[in-house]
Amino acid sequence: MAKVKSLEELMKIKEKSLKDLQMRDTEKKGKIVVAMGTCGIAAGAKDTLQAIVSELAENKIDDLSVVQSGCMGLCEVEPTVEVHMEGQSPIIYGHVTPEQAKRIVQQHILGGKVVSDLMVRKGEI
Amino acid sequence: MNTGEKTSIPNEVVAPQVEARAATNTILLCAGGACISSGEESCLTSLRATLEKYALQDVVKVVETGCMGMCDAGPLMILYPEGVFYQKLKPSDMELIVSEHLLKGRIVESKLFENPNTKVKITSAYDDHPFFTKQVKIATRNMGIIDPMSIEEYIAHDGYFSLQKVLQEMTPEQVIDTIKRSGLRGRGGAGFPTGLKWELARKVPGNEKYVLCNADEGDPGAFMDRSILEGDPHSVLEAMVIAGYAIGAQKGYIYIRAEYPLAIERLNEGIKQAKAYGLFGENIMGSGFSFDLEIRMGAGAFVCGEETALIESVEGKRGQPRVKPPFPAQKGVWNKPTLNNNVETYANIPTIILKGPEWFASIGTEKSKGTKVFCLAGKIKNTGLVEVPIGITLREIVYDIGGGIPNNKAFKAVQTGGPSGGCIPAQYLDMPIDYESLKTIGTMMGSGGMVFMDEDTCMVDVAKFFLEFSVDESCGKCTPCREGNRVMHEILERITSGEGEEGDIEKLETLGQSIIDSSLCGLGQSSPQPVLSTIRYFRDEYEAHIKEKRCPAKVCRPLIRYQIDESKCVGCTACAKVCPVSAISGEIKKPHTIDPEICTRCGSCIGVCRFGAISRVTPA
Repeated sequence: MAKVKSLEELMKIKEKSLKDLQMRDTEKKGKIVVAMGTCGIAAGAKDTLQAIVSELAENKIDDLSVVQSGCMGLCEVEPTVEVHMEGQSPIIYGHVTPEQAKRIVQQHILGGKVVSDLMVRKGEI
Repeated sequence: MNTGEKTSIPNEVVAPQVEARAATNTILLCAGGACISSGEESCLTSLRATLEKYALQDVVKVVETGCMGMCDAGPLMILYPEGVFYQKLKPSDMELIVSEHLLKGRIVESKLFENPNTKVKITSAYDDHPFFTKQVKIATRNMGIIDPMSIEEYIAHDGYFSLQKVLQEMTPEQVIDTIKRSGLRGRGGAGFPTGLKWELARKVPGNEKYVLCNADEGDPGAFMDRSILEGDPHSVLEAMVIAGYAIGAQKGYIYIRAEYPLAIERLNEGIKQAKAYGLFGENIMGSGFSFDLEIRMGAGAFVCGEETALIESVEGKRGQPRVKPPFPAQKGVWNKPTLNNNVETYANIPTIILKGPEWFASIGTEKSKGTKVFCLAGKIKNTGLVEVPIGITLREIVYDIGGGIPNNKAFKAVQTGGPSGGCIPAQYLDMPIDYESLKTIGTMMGSGGMVFMDEDTCMVDVAKFFLEFSVDESCGKCTPCREGNRVMHEILERITSGEGEEGDIEKLETLGQSIIDSSLCGLGQSSPQPVLSTIRYFRDEYEAHIKEKRCPAKVCRPLIRYQIDESKCVGCTACAKVCPVSAISGEIKKPHTIDPEICTRCGSCIGVCRFGAISRVTPA
């Protein structure tokens, strides 16, 4: 192990460790909840989740937590994805296929614009 | 959430896609001493096995942390990224948590905390629970948050940044000045200004000096130091290097009790890791300054927490106090200038350096700055470890953080400072807690143990308990402590067995005062405090024992009698069956009676009676 001799080197270790720790930090900028009830899984939520995770990784977004939840109660529009960015009311999208999931990441998360044609509901359930 | 009502998903179906989350879950398991003893290890084994069963072992990171503080509800777990707090875990719960929470994202409601006031289930305890919201964490900043066995996690939380600042940007004098201006005082109990202590040790000439860490935590009901060392060993190690730099010492000792094996293991691991990074040992951070330390294990004698006895013990001699002066700052370990601080004091240092003395001094009261870690034990709902700003009222600790007294009993008193301190009665509930105010009411801050007592506690009995501890732990070197405490204990023994005489209270007071005045070390100088302070606030209880042969709290066995209320007794014979000495007799379905001559006052019968027919009466 390299010896630490300066503030910069210490900082490097800190940044690296912080990255590992980040998933433990609840104070993220937001979260994406993929409903993973039986209904969601049957409708393809598994692929949707995979698409979201890989799209986030591709765009190097690591300050969002991706969380699974149970059924949201909107079984007819599954797979559903809830995007909850800090300071904004949560948006629930329905019928989110892997392709649509990529659109959500691009347009909503990166671009800050709600994907209105997929939106099912705005605000807390 | 009632999982029974949900459609269940076969776990094999769900497991594969969890891989996509690539270690998105981290599970923190509290591995503080209390959680370990309530079964954390078997929970961990079960958790690991369950994760393997669902092939999740590579994507879910399991971390054992230091004490999270809420020992009463242990074993504890925090599940990230959501930060959900689970409590009172059993190995059998792991299946549910893994299959429900990790695989299906459903919070397992049955294992959540409930807010005692609102009865609402709490998911993220750090944010919502009054136990946590009133706390200010400085010394315990990383406890329950980082993996104590990982120096990287400590660094990620700004660890070793103060050391860098000290070694590369500050002179020893500036370091001492910073500590002085922060107003930090010794957290071992006496409250001596830390900066001043460092300055004294610096000013003594000599090339060979020592830095000592007093981790000989002996007060009944106190476990702050152990928890800090187990939960965040690097904070103490970093501070000791800083102290070494400040006073000009290259060597240190941590004196710790051998019955803290986990703390010792984590300290040793911490030293190893810090050395690998060049943050400890030879030529630290390339500065030319070297510092190393040895861990010395004590056999658990209470007197070794006294600094001069501790020094004797470090040198390998029998733990007996030395005469002061010379003080350790002049002649300590191996008769060389020595700086001795308590674990919690050290744990504050890195944050003070990093955030500045002004920031630290903004917390607390005029003369007592910063925070204090307390251990809540005894008759309190949330037993555990808390760090609060100094100056908080006792009421806030008891009712907000502590959750109040169990079983709707009334708060009677709290013992602070263990066998060296005194009790604080209910009339001082609103007094701010700091070094000075506690002294004015006859007790002391102490190392931080708080033993709570409710209306069912006999204060004479409590005083006897603490005094007995001091009698056992007296090293025997000086007569007032060795003999005086024994005589006081004999008098208390008489009083609680109904043989107290007029004048006993006065005798206790005179004797206690002369022990305080004439003992050699802190143990003797404080050992009569529990007796004197209970006499001060609960003199009527002493008088009841002596004059009326009555124990108002109905605790002292010779002064009570058990009796059966004939109108309530249905003759179920439950009490007669449980009585170990067959003192209860009576026909089935007819009221029973207790023979006071045979009865040993063990109280077994009262616990089994379902009709509330048995009660204690005093005088016997």
